[in-house]
Amino acid sequence: MPKDGGIGAPTRRREDVRFLTGTGQYSDDMNVYGQTVAVFARSTVANGVIKSIDTSAAAAMPGVLAVFTGEDFVDVGGNPAGWLINSRDGEPMKEPKRPVLAHGKVRHVGDAYAAVIAETTEQAKDAVEAIEVDIEELPAVVNMKDALSSTNYVHDEIGTNQCFDWGWIEDNRAATDAAIKGAHHVTTLELVNNRLVPNAMEPRCSMAQYNRANDEYTLHTTSQNPHLTRLLISAFVLGIPENKLTVIAPDVGGGFGSKIYHYGEEALVLAAAKKIGRPVKWTSDRTEAFLTDAHGRDHVTTIELALDAEGKFLAFRTETMANVGAYLSNFSTATPTFLHGTLMAGNYTVPNVYVNVKAVFTNTAPVDAYRGAGRPEATFSLERVIDKAAREIGMDPIELRRKNFIKPDQYPFASAAGLEYDSGNYDALMDQMEKVADVAGFEARRKASEKNGKLRGFGVNAYIEACGIAPSNLVGVLGSRVGLYDAATVRVNATGNLSVMVGAHSHGQGHETAFPQVVAEMLGIDPQSIDIVHGDTSKIPFGMGTYGSRSLAVCGSAVVRATEKIINKAKKIAAHMLEASDGDIELTDGVFSVAGTDKSVTFGEVALKAYIPHEFPLEDIEPGLEETAFYDPANFTYPSGAYCCEVEVDPDTGKVSVERMTAVDDFGNVINPMIVTGQVHGGLGQGIGQALLENTTYDENGQLLSASYMDYVMPRADDLPFYTVDHSQGNACTHNPLGVKGCGEAGAIGSPPTVVNAVIDALQSGGKNVTHIDMPMTPHRVWSAMQNA
Amino acid sequence: MNLSDSREINADVATVWAALLDPEVLKACVPGCKEMAGSATEGYEATVVQKVGPVKATFKGAVHMSDMIEPLSMTISGEGKGGAAGFAKGGADVRLEAQGDITVLHYDVEAKVGGKLAQLGSRIIDGFAKKMADQFFNNFQDAVGAPEADDEDTVAGGNDDTKKKGWFKRLVS
Repeated sequence: MPKDGGIGAPTRRREDVRFLTGTGQYSDDMNVYGQTVAVFARSTVANGVIKSIDTSAAAAMPGVLAVFTGEDFVDVGGNPAGWLINSRDGEPMKEPKRPVLAHGKVRHVGDAYAAVIAETTEQAKDAVEAIEVDIEELPAVVNMKDALSSTNYVHDEIGTNQCFDWGWIEDNRAATDAAIKGAHHVTTLELVNNRLVPNAMEPRCSMAQYNRANDEYTLHTTSQNPHLTRLLISAFVLGIPENKLTVIAPDVGGGFGSKIYHYGEEALVLAAAKKIGRPVKWTSDRTEAFLTDAHGRDHVTTIELALDAEGKFLAFRTETMANVGAYLSNFSTATPTFLHGTLMAGNYTVPNVYVNVKAVFTNTAPVDAYRGAGRPEATFSLERVIDKAAREIGMDPIELRRKNFIKPDQYPFASAAGLEYDSGNYDALMDQMEKVADVAGFEARRKASEKNGKLRGFGVNAYIEACGIAPSNLVGVLGSRVGLYDAATVRVNATGNLSVMVGAHSHGQGHETAFPQVVAEMLGIDPQSIDIVHGDTSKIPFGMGTYGSRSLAVCGSAVVRATEKIINKAKKIAAHMLEASDGDIELTDGVFSVAGTDKSVTFGEVALKAYIPHEFPLEDIEPGLEETAFYDPANFTYPSGAYCCEVEVDPDTGKVSVERMTAVDDFGNVINPMIVTGQVHGGLGQGIGQALLENTTYDENGQLLSASYMDYVMPRADDLPFYTVDHSQGNACTHNPLGVKGCGEAGAIGSPPTVVNAVIDALQSGGKNVTHIDMPMTPHRVWSAMQNA
Repeated sequence: MNLSDSREINADVATVWAALLDPEVLKACVPGCKEMAGSATEGYEATVVQKVGPVKATFKGAVHMSDMIEPLSMTISGEGKGGAAGFAKGGADVRLEAQGDITVLHYDVEAKVGGKLAQLGSRIIDGFAKKMADQFFNNFQDAVGAPEADDEDTVAGGNDDTKKKGWFKRLVS
């Protein structure tokens, strides 16, 4: 069929019509009769003992329907971590309880210790003010290094601030140490991966309804994976049976990881809705979002790279402190470990890798996966130290990388960090990058910048990530407490149109456009006759949600499997209609025909027959045309890329401006190149934001100082260049039916080290011997580094 | 946030000491203070209305004195809770030094803020604290210090200005 709708077509996103015309339906747009409002009382101190809470005055205020405190939830469960990580000595990680509302102690600014349910927001806010609470402030644990040596514990009951001390791979430790000890050259770098606030455009919102008639709950909530939220609430927190709880994540305005997790506010509104017998809605304000959405990154790392005399990599060794904040969020233990350490061999044939990660509790907001989740941290460490090494040994940074790349004939390649890469061609990506970025023309552009009084720098970066998480068998071995398959149901309606129920949730990824392209291609029908249903646990068989660039690779594969089942059954029906053997039926462009004849029926005729099964061979074929598939992949997918950028640094002010940014990615096969390009653009914007602008700052008392857009700097259009994005060098994934790899996080992984490498290059070209600047590279930091060089 | 400075107060040490312990003086001198009650030994209860950047709030707080070495030094500590606006707390080590007829008041202030005040106002909190300290000591100088020599006439005239200037000193003398 013509490429205006199937696989490979740059179809415009159908969902954008409603988003751009203000007709999207977000959780906060859900308003129902009798609805009430929840407002939370949140700690203003980072660490404190709750000596007393008196809610009687608040409860007597006008419009107040109920007041909850931590006491009301002592008998329900905690919100668990999804991965069990064992320390190097075999001890399981420390898992303090994360309650619905803080009880006994508050552990970070914003930690909720009470909630008021009232008729209006204003009444609820007034009543929160009237809660008489006596919290004795204790010294806060903020800095990770201090936390590890302190006897001031975030959680007294575990007697340490270290959640785990993880080694990957412990058996490789001695060999890695030996390789570094005997190496010709060792490059060492200490770096910070700065803490980020996710800043989804739509703040979190949860609205709960309870139906007394059948004891059923419905929760509308801002979630990237409603089924997991339901599972956590059912199995761990409130114990509501899954068949009595519907979780609906309608339109969601961005997540970037922060809406993967179950949060206490969801449990609170559910419990409150039952108690007062009316719907209860909570909508986060922007300050609450800053204080309580799970933050991202926050690693402090020392990395060493050992090289031989020819520049071949002998070993990478890292020591990292990873902040998990005050409580373990659902993915917080997986992010700095299996999503990070396993990528520490990068795109390279390096034989020895050893990664040590200490996860640290602090009196700060929980930290969890944020666009890239562990993989940006790995890439940043690797690609920064490689760049530093290139400078130290006097080798071109591209040449040094090429010298160590895994070559196309080496796949499948077992990396020294324990993964088996299925496909890739890193030299081809680098070739393409050099071409489309006109790397050869850089020196001329540098001279032009110098004429204008600016220092121009060139930075390069290669990355690999593990996406499409993932094979349940593998993640189970690695400590995951859940499986990571996905599911889809393809329902062909009697009139020939389709509803496809998918477990992946779309909150910016364009599933409603891309998934129909897959089904349309397979069936040879118009994609406009196919609708995607997502985000509602009552309509979808199951789903593990959207994160880790997994939607198309995992859920898309489930869609393929379900559609294959549809085709098989439809062929049987067609064979019956055409009085032929189903083995002789061919499907081409939406028409079933008997091979070698002119006998045919259309897809629509078959669909109608399935639901009006007159003269049906019922012993062979059931009526109806609806199929479900669960898909569990055999491996991760391994997107990779070569990125470069050029920056100009103003030597007088230290201001950095990104002039050119090129991203060449291997995403395998591409379903909708326009959506893929958009995904890369978004990731690049976030990566440049991290590199130059964004920083989350707590003071020594644990007060969040960057809690508004006055102090937390988000990238604006004029901070970003026009991008060159290329995905022509795809190598199909070898183990999923679509051959796709995932594109959602790439831009945020590949860009930060590229920008830092370019700034260092610019300063070096100006005669300043600056070897590293921590992100964000603000004018102040760059200028200071220049003065001290 | 730390702030160290000294002020010359145009009064003797005993007068300055007494003024620092007088709730009426403190009420008049603390910028935005609406209520102040209590005593040096029991501590004071205060209500202060202030606007820090975008955050305006009524702070209800307690102030108490400790390490009192009359008439040389003391530590003043306080904490104000502003509800949704967060809190401010801090302490000042105050030392009095006689220099002839006047007193030099040295102070080391340490203050911290939390909640919304920290989240929205942290960039301006240092400037705000300095302004608060300046206002307090200007007020205190006005309340306690004797008028300058060339103001003698005005004092004698007993007009409105004199009530403002040095009223505490005249009360106790």
